[in-house]
Amino acid sequence: MMARKKPDAASAALNRELLHSMLLQRRFEERTAEAYALGKIGGFCHLYIGQEAVSTGSLSQLRPDDYVITTYRDHGQALARGMTPRAVMAELFGRSDGCARGKGGSMHMFDKQLGFLGGHGIVGGHIPIATGVGFAIKYRGGDQVCVCFFGEAAINNGAFHEAANMAALWKLPVIYVIENNRYGMGTAIERASAINDIYERAQSYDMARDVVDGQDVFAVREAIGKAVQRARADSMPTLLEVRTYRFMGHSMSDAVSGTYRTKDELEEYLKRDPIALLRSRMEEAGEISADEIAAMDAEVKAVVQDALDFADASPELPLEALWENVLVDTTSDAGAMPARAG
Amino acid sequence: MTVMTYRDALNAALREEMRRDDRVFLMGEEVAVYQGAYKVSKGLLQEFGEMRVVDTPITELGFAGVGVGAAMVGLRPIIEFMTWNFALLALDQVVNAAAKMLYMSGGQFAMPMVFRGPNGAALQLGAQHSQAWESWLAHIPGLKVVAPGTPADAKGLLKAAVRDDNPVIVLEGEMLYNMKGEVPDGDHVIPLGVAEVKRVGEHVSLISYGKMVNVALQAADALARDGVHAEVLDLRTLRPMDVPAIVATVRKTNRCVVVEEGWELCGLGAQVADYVQREAFDWLDAPVLRVHQAEAPMPYARTLEKHAKPDVAKTVAAARKVLYLD
Ligand SMILES: Cc1ncc(C[n+]2csc(CCOP(=O)(O)OP(=O)(O)O)c2C)c(N)n1
Ligand SMILES: [Mg+2]
Repeated sequence: MMARKKPDAASAALNRELLHSMLLQRRFEERTAEAYALGKIGGFCHLYIGQEAVSTGSLSQLRPDDYVITTYRDHGQALARGMTPRAVMAELFGRSDGCARGKGGSMHMFDKQLGFLGGHGIVGGHIPIATGVGFAIKYRGGDQVCVCFFGEAAINNGAFHEAANMAALWKLPVIYVIENNRYGMGTAIERASAINDIYERAQSYDMARDVVDGQDVFAVREAIGKAVQRARADSMPTLLEVRTYRFMGHSMSDAVSGTYRTKDELEEYLKRDPIALLRSRMEEAGEISADEIAAMDAEVKAVVQDALDFADASPELPLEALWENVLVDTTSDAGAMPARAG
Repeated sequence: MTVMTYRDALNAALREEMRRDDRVFLMGEEVAVYQGAYKVSKGLLQEFGEMRVVDTPITELGFAGVGVGAAMVGLRPIIEFMTWNFALLALDQVVNAAAKMLYMSGGQFAMPMVFRGPNGAALQLGAQHSQAWESWLAHIPGLKVVAPGTPADAKGLLKAAVRDDNPVIVLEGEMLYNMKGEVPDGDHVIPLGVAEVKRVGEHVSLISYGKMVNVALQAADALARDGVHAEVLDLRTLRPMDVPAIVATVRKTNRCVVVEEGWELCGLGAQVADYVQREAFDWLDAPVLRVHQAEAPMPYARTLEKHAKPDVAKTVAAARKVLYLD
């Protein structure tokens, strides 16, 4: 047997956290699919399964006062940012303890305390918003960063180009992360984009760019780490293409394979499950045993069960809530700029 | 009171609010170095610097979104559209983002921001540059919409818009920027949602807003020469609309003409007529009539354009009709 490298305690602890984060997202969404089938969750619901190394790898590099903004495929990032499974599940159930009081739903997770600026449902629409967050950081003279996730299909959208140009022009601390899972609904990237190395689009804006394997959480972490440094220290944006794959259909109504992608292709990608890859790396390094993995899995499953129970018990919104939060009924008369508003 | 132009009144409002609150900034095309396409932002770059008076590329969707993002994390952006015609490119941010962020975040993210610029037709600018979008914008829950028709209202409503913690649409007018009028001195702030009777009368109510208020006032002058005393109600805020003020004037005069800038179908006046029939049905002595733009894209040719636009003669004719004078 090959001699194992002695595990380094600090990195082993970090790796456990990464594994835990990814496993939580996976188990959470497996149960989400079940709850959806039971009719407890309605509407559009887009699972993140297969892409967990992107959320975990990216968000593990942020400070608590940084900002995150993303698409409708947002459960994984919400959990990876530290939202409680209870708050996310209650939101999916449309209940009053949800992270958006049940008014957002699957596509619109928000948490102001965590700087989680939402899941957004209009493809590309939140990319200029991220640029605006970067503008506000610079305006206030802060050293936070904003990470903005979007799919590879959004790169063809005008909003992306307008936002990227301004971020580069004004030197804003924004990291644009393309989660290239190869498909926008049923349209393969080759059928939608004139170039396939889409991180190269950043060239048009003289923006730093990179491409990385999105199934490898360490690779994502490393690439994001550099981008965060560039944003924090030099207030410069980055376009990072992360190559990943979604293991499920586009949303709950879409078959996993058959129309726009073959079963063979899917199976090929399933071999590179980001959680399995991390787990075997850790096992090989002697950082975790099979028993410990089983224990972690049991713990995560219990947390998810608790979230489901919590969501089930969480009250429905009273009908008056329909009228609440349409407008704020205050006006500001303050003039001072807080160090970190929002 | 100081006499000043509508343009200078807006400029004063911007300057005062930017001095008062350092979270307020102005962003848009040509607002800084060029001093504003209509010179509304004259001198602001010099006073506040380029971080607070920001020229953008021609990217309405993009910079409207930048405003939304900045508002989400605590700034108070004022987004200038060179005209609302171009703001169509930004409607995704106005409607899908700004108007809904508070609601879909369950009350967490307010949008203390202003979208402003000239709305409606000027003179012979043709079909793409002569459009009035108030009924589109006033349709959206989550927005407030104001349309000042005088320099005093321009200053007071813009200042209130900047201080409001909601996204507020300010509809100005190219033809209004040079208009002069008295503006109260000091910190002149007009509460949103409050209409004003601009002229008292008892025979017929002319209900209007924005630039058209001046058309209604001129029509009232013309009617007075024939002994008809029209009351002119300026809505000022289109969302939320001051329904009690509408009901009060119609219950008083028993006749109502709405003078609006946009097209007829689903236009603003249709909503006013609905409030009137619900709340003042038994007081009405004639159907509510509406004066509006003809149902065609705006033509360039001078005579056709005049034919298409709501004006004093059409307003007088409508008033005489509800009074059964013709
Ligand atoms: C502006 C807009 N057009 C169309 C849609 C419908 N739609 C939702 S997701 C999607 C595909 C997006 O693909 P991608 O950006 O790659 O993200 P992914 O779903 O793969 O995460 C489409 C077309 C939308 N939400 N917004
Ligand atoms: Mg995709």
